[in-house]
Order: sequence, then structure tokens, then C-alpha cells
Amino acid sequence: MSGPHGAHGKSRAVPDTIIERILARAAGLADVQPGQIVTCDVDMTVVIDVQFAHDRLADVRAVHDPDKVAVVLDHAVPAPTPRDAGHGAKARTFVAKHGIDRFYDVGRHGIVHQVIAEQGLVLPGTVVCCTDSHTCAGGALNSAARGLGPLEILQMLCTGQTWYRVPPTIRYELTGTKPAHVNGKDIFLTISGRYGDATDHALEFGGPGLASVPMPDRRTIATQGAEIGADFTLFPCDAVTEEFLAGVAQGSSYVPSDPDSDAVYAEVRTIDLGAVEPMVALPGTVINNAVPLSGLERTRIDQAFIGSCANGQLADLETAARIVEGRKVAPGVRLIVTPASQQVYLEAVRRGYVATLVEAGAVVTNSTCGACFGYHMGVLAPGEVCVTSSTRNFRGRMGSTEAKVYMASPATVAASALTGYIAGPDQLMEVAA
Amino acid sequence: MTSPLRVRGRAWVFGDEINTDDMYPGFAMKLPVSEAAQHMFDATRPGWPALVEKGDIVVAGKNFGLGSSRACAELFVHLGVSCLVAEQYNSLFHRNALNYGLPALTVPEARTLIDEGDVLVIDAVEGLLRNETRGAEHHIEPLPAFVVELVAGGGLINRLEAEGFLDRNDATTGGQP
Repeated sequence: MSGPHGAHGKSRAVPDTIIERILARAAGLADVQPGQIVTCDVDMTVVIDVQFAHDRLADVRAVHDPDKVAVVLDHAVPAPTPRDAGHGAKARTFVAKHGIDRFYDVGRHGIVHQVIAEQGLVLPGTVVCCTDSHTCAGGALNSAARGLGPLEILQMLCTGQTWYRVPPTIRYELTGTKPAHVNGKDIFLTISGRYGDATDHALEFGGPGLASVPMPDRRTIATQGAEIGADFTLFPCDAVTEEFLAGVAQGSSYVPSDPDSDAVYAEVRTIDLGAVEPMVALPGTVINNAVPLSGLERTRIDQAFIGSCANGQLADLETAARIVEGRKVAPGVRLIVTPASQQVYLEAVRRGYVATLVEAGAVVTNSTCGACFGYHMGVLAPGEVCVTSSTRNFRGRMGSTEAKVYMASPATVAASALTGYIAGPDQLMEVAA
Repeated sequence: MTSPLRVRGRAWVFGDEINTDDMYPGFAMKLPVSEAAQHMFDATRPGWPALVEKGDIVVAGKNFGLGSSRACAELFVHLGVSCLVAEQYNSLFHRNALNYGLPALTVPEARTLIDEGDVLVIDAVEGLLRNETRGAEHHIEPLPAFVVELVAGGGLINRLEAEGFLDRNDATTGGQP
């Protein structure tokens, strides 16, 4: 293992994409090829509250390696129902029984993908698994992170291993410079709208423009890879990655796992960051269903939501606070802001973002998955329209199946809350400050 | 027809990009499996669970199961669905199905070969699809050997029990994420 600036895992004759390099190392193989099925050691297995609905966790005789396990309560905390409260109780019993130190109970909680990144548990070159589909967020930190089903997490707890089919990689070559007003969400929706799904593939980002994409935007993009069916969404380990890790994982060793320059890709697609504009996904799906905000017809909203593992980060709350500062949420509109973790919440309080948001008429909720999956804290009624910065716009995702969910960046969502229709910050001159 | 890998049943045909939130609505995660199963396809095909009979086969188009890790397969199993056939799966959903002991076959031309209500016989080991209604027989990609073993054994829980990783327990399982 080596720290930043260290060598790659191994030197090989056959060039690797990022996912090939990480899975080969985890499988103890010199090389892997797309389509190959490999058994990998898992570096971090993460269990969340809802998985404790699965009774068999209580029947685990011995956890393979408690140091490679974290338990995070996120989906339904503090518990909205007695059933959810029971999941927390089971989690506490489980961590005590197996001697798991990395337990993020109510008070230290937050959305799992945010918490494990903040805690330095997602490192370059590692294999990370959790039974939440947005575990791919960890790809922003050069980790082969993905969501798998609850039974597979159970198996990993017991054996420390899982299997993968090595996916072919689609490479996104970023050129130009990301404009300040463009969010990772806009980059992602540009891709999903233009290229559609990436089922059974890994996505890999790189190119000369990547340096202009900050970590929060990378996290948004990596998180949302799940929406287009990508198995993994990976970024290289560059200066931006190392700066982030210096803050959360000082002293940890890791294996930067960058692609070889002659790696073989299923396809290489170039995105000119300078040409990306604010985007909106129309209700239902992000796949081939996103349009530039500038081309969207006037769309009235009932609710605006900023949160989730995709866009509940400190940078997202800062963006929202700057836009709503000194203004008011439009009559008849609810602006709900859910920080992605207690740590994000605390920092947003310290910096005054929470005060600014509440003064504008926003509701700032507890850190949880909450409204994103239509479970609590901002569920939609039939006929309502929401613009969200969260992860999914499936029909019924955020509540009623008769509600409509549009998706956009935190800046667009914040501006929309002020105007009462889907709009960008540049349209705020139309409403009184 | 005692093996989970050789099934006969009526086909229900769904479209492309059927997502997990449609199969397993968020609010249903507050319910036990038996109740959650009654809300499958609330958004797009309300009332469907009441029409399902034991042995029925669910057929879908491309990108079947896009979305979350919630264990939709467990709801299908609860309703008595014996097999999934799709033109393409989301990998997370596909793995979930097999781990719950539900055979899930990939048939790229599924919706040309199968109409809703057709009676199908599927052999997942031999790779055979017989559409009794149409009187047609097709060779399909069989499940790989390691998957056959997993499904034949009743899924991952049974395997973990057999290998001594889990205490045996008759308690019913609850909902899934």
C-alpha cells in the first residue's frame, strides 16, 4: 500500500481501466477482462438501518472482520414508526454482539454515502459495498463502490467476499472548464439525457477538464450513475481527491488506481464542460429525458427539495443559502432542505446557511434519506409537482403516484422555490428581492 | 415440476425500464413482506398482485429493475411468481432475484416470443422456452452453472445456513430496503 503519489497496485502487461485495476487487485489476479467473473475481498461492508428489517442479521454467528464493517442509520431516523425504531434497536444489538466500532447511531448519523466518505472509510483502490444502490457515490473517491442486495451484504458480513462480473467501461473525457453556475447534476443530466442508460457498464471520468470539477460535483455524478444502470462510476485519484482525503483520512494508506493511458474502452465520449448548461430531468426517468432549463416551458411547483446523497452536501446548502438570502420562498411553495449528515448540518449552522434558509421560509430537516425515497419529511400529495435535487424522479418515488417529480441542480431548485416555477438564479430579477 | 429451475406458468408482460420503486413503493417498506407485496406496481398496474396465481411468470423488456436495492424479488416470490424473463436486467436487481432463489433468465427477444397470458414452460438449466399457447419452442441462454446451484439450493440464505454462517431460524423475514 502507498499513500498519495504512490505507485499503482501492480505494473501489468495488459492495460487497465480503473475498474479493471481495482477488481484485479481485490481478486488477487494479475489481470481481469470485461465479462470475467471474479471473487473479490471487500474492504468495507456497510450496513444501514433498513437492512435490519431483514431478521437474519441477528442469526450471523460471526462477522468475518468487524474492522471492515460500518453500520450507519440513515433511511428512517429518528424513527418515524415503531417498526423503524425496531431496526435501530436491532442495529445496536448487532454492533455490540460483534464488536463493531464504526457505528453511526442517531446523533452521529447521516446518509450512509456521505457519512462513510466523511469518516475516511472510502479510499482509492478499495472495494466498498452497502445495500443501497447509491453506494456508487464512492466512485468519486476512486473506489469500486456499488450497491448490492441485502442478502449479499449478509454474505459479505459472513465471508468478507463477493463476486463481480467485470464490466466494460465507458470513458467520459472531460474538456474545457466547468462554469461556476453549473453543478455536477447538470453534467450528469447532460449525459443521461444525451446518451441514455449504461446498463452493465462502468463509467469512468477523466480528461483535461476534470481538474475543474470539485469533489462535491464528482460525488453528485458518481451517486447518480445508478440512475442510468451503471455498475460503477469511477473517477481517478487526482489532486482534488487527495485534498479531500487529506481532510478526512489523514494517515490512511491507499492505492491510487488510475487507468492506463492505453486502456481499452467500450466507448469514449467527450463532454465540453464549457458548453454544459443548467438541465432539468422531466418526470419519470433521467434516461433520455432531460432538457436544458432554458428550453423548459413554465412549470409551476408545490415543493422544492434539496437533499439526498446526491445533493445534500455542504456545497449544495451553501449554493441554496446564497440564492435565497434576503428573499422569500414563493407563496404556496414548500422549500425543504435536508443536510446529508449531522456533520454537514453542524457546519451549515456554524456558517449561517441554516439561518439564511429558515429566514427565507425553508424547512431545514434532520439528516436522513427522508423525502428522496418518499418515506418521511416531505412526501408529495396527488397532483403535486416537485422539483428536486435528489436522486430519482421515478413516478411515485417521493410519495403519491399522481405527483410529478422534476430533477435539477440545487441552484435551480432554490431559485424555483422563490419564483414558484422551475427557474434558474438568473431569472430571479423577475421576482422582488 | 418440483425444481425451481423447471417451471410452467402464465405470462404477465411488462415494458422497458420497469423500476424498483414501481415494484416496491417507498411507503411499502414500512410494511411486512406479505402486505408490501400487495402494493407491487401500484403506480402502473394497480390491483395486479390480486390477479397473480402461483407459478406465474413475469416477462419484461430492457433494463428491468432499474433503481434501488430493495428486495423486489422477495415480493415476487411471496406472490407465487416462479420465474422472471427479461430482455435485459439491471445488475443489482438481477443479482437480488437469483439470491432470493428466483430464476431470472435473459431472453433478448422476449416480447416477440411471448404475449400476456401465454402459458410457458421454462427449463433454466437446459435453456428451453416452450410457449404452449403458440405451440412454439425456443432455445434460450441457460443460467450459468454457479447460478443454477444457487437457485436450486433455494437461494443465498439456505447456502449461508448450510455452510454454517447463520443460525437456523424459522422466524419470518421482514421488509427489505
